[in-house]
Amino acid sequence: MIDVALLSTPLRLDACTGFVAHPSCGGLCYFVGNIRDRNLGEQVTHLEFDAYDAMAVKEMRKIAEAARERFGLFAVALHHRKGRLEIGDTAVIVAVSSVHRAPAFRGCEYVIDELKNTVPIWKKEFRADGSHWLNAHP
Amino acid sequence: MVQLVDAYTMKIACFGIAREIAGGPYLQLAGVGGKTVAELRRALVDAYPAFADLSSFAIARNETYAGDEETIAVDDEVVIIPPVSGG
Repeated sequence: MIDVALLSTPLRLDACTGFVAHPSCGGLCYFVGNIRDRNLGEQVTHLEFDAYDAMAVKEMRKIAEAARERFGLFAVALHHRKGRLEIGDTAVIVAVSSVHRAPAFRGCEYVIDELKNTVPIWKKEFRADGSHWLNAHP
Repeated sequence: MVQLVDAYTMKIACFGIAREIAGGPYLQLAGVGGKTVAELRRALVDAYPAFADLSSFAIARNETYAGDEETIAVDDEVVIIPPVSGG
């Protein structure tokens, strides 16, 4: 049970819940990543996300499959935005379900950590004094 | 997606900061077919020295991360993957 999506429209927590919830599962765990107003002490105006769509979706699916296998999760929903996002917008939702809570907590953290390491999505940060691609340079 | 411009020149897709280094969504490089990924990475740095300033960059071949020892075929879809920053 895996649902991955790379969307140009606002992410919906209820859609993720609807996918992962199941009568056998007592534990649902979420990570919701929102755009914040400051980074490294600087005021951020907005972000733009670029993505290599076809590969991003494949990599997201690989992570979700690995998480299910490794932690014995029932279901994983992994939704990510692309395009321009404003402060407070949701960039990513991870939702996982399992029979008990411990695998859900661990699996949820694993999914977001791996996404940040491997999924080909890039964010460009815009400030009053210019813009730059995050993580690009040492 | 056909990546061949002619028998020797390949179109390589670029995202994120790679697009700014290349000056557009693709760059063209001659003699890529038959090179290993490691050789392609060196050729890219030679042609576009700004790639050497990145924290790192990976190569994707047919929508999968490619190891340095893999050999590139002329009909592969080759993409430069600068440091990712999703989430």
